[in-house]
Amino acid sequence: MRPSRAHPLWLAYVLHRVSGLGLALFLPLHFWVLSWALTQPQKLNQFLSFAEQPVVKISEFGLVFLLAVHVFGGLRLMAMEWLPWSAPQKTLAAGAVGVAFLVSGTFFLQVV
Amino acid sequence: MDGQKDTLEVSVWRGTSSGGDFERYEVPAEENQTILDVVSWIQHYADATLTYRFACRVGMCGSCAMMVNGRPRWTCRTHVRKVLQGRRVEIAPLRNLPVIKDLAADMDVFFDKWVAAGGAHAPTAGRNDPIPPVDPQDSTRVTASAGIECINCAICYAACDTVTGNADYLGPAALQRAWTLFNDSKHDRRAGILDAVSGSGGCHNCHSMGSCTVFCPNDLDPMSAIAGLKRETSRRFWRKGG
Repeated sequence: MRPSRAHPLWLAYVLHRVSGLGLALFLPLHFWVLSWALTQPQKLNQFLSFAEQPVVKISEFGLVFLLAVHVFGGLRLMAMEWLPWSAPQKTLAAGAVGVAFLVSGTFFLQVV
Repeated sequence: MDGQKDTLEVSVWRGTSSGGDFERYEVPAEENQTILDVVSWIQHYADATLTYRFACRVGMCGSCAMMVNGRPRWTCRTHVRKVLQGRRVEIAPLRNLPVIKDLAADMDVFFDKWVAAGGAHAPTAGRNDPIPPVDPQDSTRVTASAGIECINCAICYAACDTVTGNADYLGPAALQRAWTLFNDSKHDRRAGILDAVSGSGGCHNCHSMGSCTVFCPNDLDPMSAIAGLKRETSRRFWRKGG
């Protein structure tokens, strides 16, 4: 028996949990590498030059994606469970937040 | 349907919780035919020992739910045409429940949890008391009314992966019932409900996967009802000061 799970709410649930696991695996490594700045600066420099490679740059995009998915997934979950609003109200609120991020993100990119 | 497919290839689960397998039947295809019609045909004309459960045939009693091609559905209101994969359809007993035999799931656990969640109604007044007025527009009443059309078919229970992973979890139907009674001014044990649903198998186990709401044949929204219980139990926790 294979229950059908391919609906948006279930996929959002999986994406949120998987991105959380991904971040939980990444963060200890991240802090460990950062600690080299104090303990082994030379090794950190080597690592930083390694991190200039295109493959690493692309995987950085993946990390930012995980972070974004997890943050917005968490906000979605909190809104869904803690705000006794109607579904259309929540859709409007989510739309407003999305548009605000698009506008401010575009502005931010132009500034930087 | 192109009219050429004169028979359906139906796989039906035969067996109990301790073992069994799918058996295949050739069933005549009709222009208008529900999954329950198919199951009944098999029992009438192919194998009289097939066990299944139904009563009203019109989507009111909640007894004929089964897994159809892996999805929980009310079989009396599910047209074969809608779910057919080629000529094939697979019918199995409801997920997350023990199987008595073939397509008949054992609903005891489901109803025990319904009672454990505080789902039995306790009236605030006796038959000799005056009838207290209920304003249908009142927001609390509107919240209570949202869940009263539940027919206890256990489709949400079968759809829920949290139930699969945690045998103690009360499940969407029982928790929605609890939320309905919690908002019902004619229910006398409203405070007890929050105790009943905040334990280890209670509403905070819900991961909001939403399969209950997606699969409910009556378009109810148990996920939001459970969210309501989460809010109320948390509010009470913080008010008490831990």
